[in-house]
Amino acid sequence: MVSEDECADHTMSGEAKDSEERPKWDNKVQYLLTCIGFAVGLGNVWRFPYLCQVYGGGAFLIPYAIALVFEGLPLLYLELAIGQRLRAGSVGVWTSISPYMGGLGVASLFVSFLVGLFYNMILAWILWYFFHSFQSPLPWTDCPLNSNHTGYIPACEDSTPVNYFWYRETLNISANIETSGGLQWWLVLCLASAWCLVYICFIRGIETIGKAIYVTVTFPYLVLTIFLIEALTLPGADDGLVYLFTPNWETLKNPQVWLDAATQIFFSLSLAFGGLIAFSSYNPQKNNCESDALIVGCVNSFTSLYASIPIFAILGFLANENYIDCQNSNILTLTNAFNIGDENITRQNYEEWFEHLNFSDPSKVESLQLKTCDLQTFLDQSASGTGLAFIVFTEAVIKMPGSQVWSVLFFVMLFMLGLSSMFGNLEGVLTPLLDLQVIPSWIPKELLTGLICLTSFGVGLIFTLGSGNYWLEIFNSYVGSLPLLIIAFFEIISVVYIYGIKRFIEDIEWMTGKRPNLFWRINWCVISPLMLLIVFLAYVFVESETTVTYQVWNPDYVSLIKNTICILLSVFPVLSIPLVSCFHTKQNKTKKSQKNSTTSWCVLSLFGCRSYFT
Amino acid sequence: MLEKLLILLFASNVLAQVCMPDAPEAYKVRLSIKTALGDQAYTWNDNELYLFRATLAFAMRNYLSGQLFDVSNILVCNETERVSFWFMVKSVTNPTTLIEKQHVENAIKESRHRINSAFLLTDQTLEFLGILPTLASPFVPATPPWLIAFGVVMGVVGAGIVYFLVAAVVQRKRKKTLDEEEEAKGATENEIAGENLDGIYNTSFSDDEKVTEM
Repeated sequence: MVSEDECADHTMSGEAKDSEERPKWDNKVQYLLTCIGFAVGLGNVWRFPYLCQVYGGGAFLIPYAIALVFEGLPLLYLELAIGQRLRAGSVGVWTSISPYMGGLGVASLFVSFLVGLFYNMILAWILWYFFHSFQSPLPWTDCPLNSNHTGYIPACEDSTPVNYFWYRETLNISANIETSGGLQWWLVLCLASAWCLVYICFIRGIETIGKAIYVTVTFPYLVLTIFLIEALTLPGADDGLVYLFTPNWETLKNPQVWLDAATQIFFSLSLAFGGLIAFSSYNPQKNNCESDALIVGCVNSFTSLYASIPIFAILGFLANENYIDCQNSNILTLTNAFNIGDENITRQNYEEWFEHLNFSDPSKVESLQLKTCDLQTFLDQSASGTGLAFIVFTEAVIKMPGSQVWSVLFFVMLFMLGLSSMFGNLEGVLTPLLDLQVIPSWIPKELLTGLICLTSFGVGLIFTLGSGNYWLEIFNSYVGSLPLLIIAFFEIISVVYIYGIKRFIEDIEWMTGKRPNLFWRINWCVISPLMLLIVFLAYVFVESETTVTYQVWNPDYVSLIKNTICILLSVFPVLSIPLVSCFHTKQNKTKKSQKNSTTSWCVLSLFGCRSYFT
Repeated sequence: MLEKLLILLFASNVLAQVCMPDAPEAYKVRLSIKTALGDQAYTWNDNELYLFRATLAFAMRNYLSGQLFDVSNILVCNETERVSFWFMVKSVTNPTTLIEKQHVENAIKESRHRINSAFLLTDQTLEFLGILPTLASPFVPATPPWLIAFGVVMGVVGAGIVYFLVAAVVQRKRKKTLDEEEEAKGATENEIAGENLDGIYNTSFSDDEKVTEM
């Protein structure tokens, strides 16, 4: 069938050549651990618990599970299978399926590169905090003193020492994105060390990555367990856990919850980066990728749940400490104002004393302006992302006995979680570059990986500016979100309708030994693309409703430049999809007959898909 | 007129003998003994107050050397259950005047640690309202500790990278020499084999006659 070859021309001879030169995993465990490491990242620790808390605790697990089953697992299975079958990175795979879809691979390449840039900056911040954990007391415990040592610096007095350390001593943040603030040398050093650490693991591609992941993937679980045991012994931990898991079924009526669940599972599994395709391309072809996909998907979700327990126990502990501090400050105010004996008013008899004093002298009590202390308010102070790690958690750590140990453990765990995700990002860059064959063969792999790391470091210096955090938030919001949804949608359409679902299922049967059952077929043909489309449209709608903003030190600031940058970042990576398609259309303008047969075959495969589950 | 002056002088004398809260030369002191010592807290009584007055006199003596302050120079009033009270310091040289606030403040700042120790309290639990405690400056080592940690990590990583690069170079050289050896071996084999490839020209089969006669 000549027309079939027009649609998807991968050659058997190419595979034979590949199997000689193509690197491969030492064993299956390495491959699984690497995929798990790529999927399990910082988001499992600092995004999922936040969503759980904000969206009614246990109730959030329902939309999350639905999104996992109908969107996450089918896409994951698809990517692993297609990479394993076609034995190429993202560019090679999509070009094999159809030259028109080659742009998809290029888009994945760009997104992986751009995400790798800012992701490593977060690792640099983690390293900064890690380096600072070897002091007693921890530097974010107290404010620095002013010049005549009678008090603290006013900027720190107005805020908290933890906030001051993050915004001033770490970021040295400027007022807004347009004030660049110059390169902060300490952040440049940290970024350089982060890239060196990444380079040494990535230096020979999967050969060195495969050795590194034994440590970087297993160690975080060990630390999470240690934290779990410690956190459960802290006072106030149960408040946090109850708060986290108490289901609030009302939230399920809010469509935003469903949208966030879908986007969370999608980004959490690191789909559409091309990294998973690259990893599975180094597998032997006869490998059960269905069980692989199920393992990776379920371990990822389990890790999210497992991580949220110690996180919320510790947040509960912190809320409890803040609540006690609030009450104690009220007690002290009353004691001093009314000259009552020291420690006569305790937290237990505070109410009685307050009523008595309010009755005897209400005007004086009112003049004191006592704070209202409510445990619920403290628990509601949720945080996600860098705020959770660098502000809330560091505050909790200084209140725990043996702060240095906990701090070191925590930041090493975060670093390893991020490092294993970086491997996926960089493989998503390296493998397509090798596939495109733009690299002359005399360049050794070590040099190529070094060049990738060096270029990323150079471009990433933008995040070490005074305004770096603003840039990072923009990149995070606009590169790591919308382009991925678009790429994933075209991925599934390409495989199912252009490559052909019939052919894909036969391939899987050849690889794994059994046909994927009805569930997978329905998902691939209808449910997952539909879900992706709905999520994409809903995402665009929600984003356009809220003005394009980013958090800023001075909240009244608005900028036109950053609006443009935000839109550019979303659009630029996916531009290659239509561009490559147009390029190939122009090339094939003379070969009209072939083009016709291509479209007719694609339409046929659409019908083939339909016939499959009727 | 004279009577008014006399009355005024008498009044100021009396005033100088009596401590008054919120007076320009008075300081308020607040002690939090239970907070500081918990179970080992002592009860505040007149003896403790006497010790306080003696400590203050000690502080004044140290500050204004030569002037021998005594317990009687320290006036105390408005004691409360909180354990807080006001005090003023009478001058030694002129018993009718009070020592200015600034001098009292400086004297207390100098001997703050001794005063605290006498009562087993700290800057936070023995408060002189209005006198900010001089906060102990944190110990700043010569090299910031974070740079040391950074140096260690970078040293190890740098060594690792150098090792990998050198290993790669060595491997490539070894491969090259192996390839070259193989090529050389292969070439010599070919030479031996190809020496007689052309064969020996057997003239018996060749036709030397340029013109065929027929």
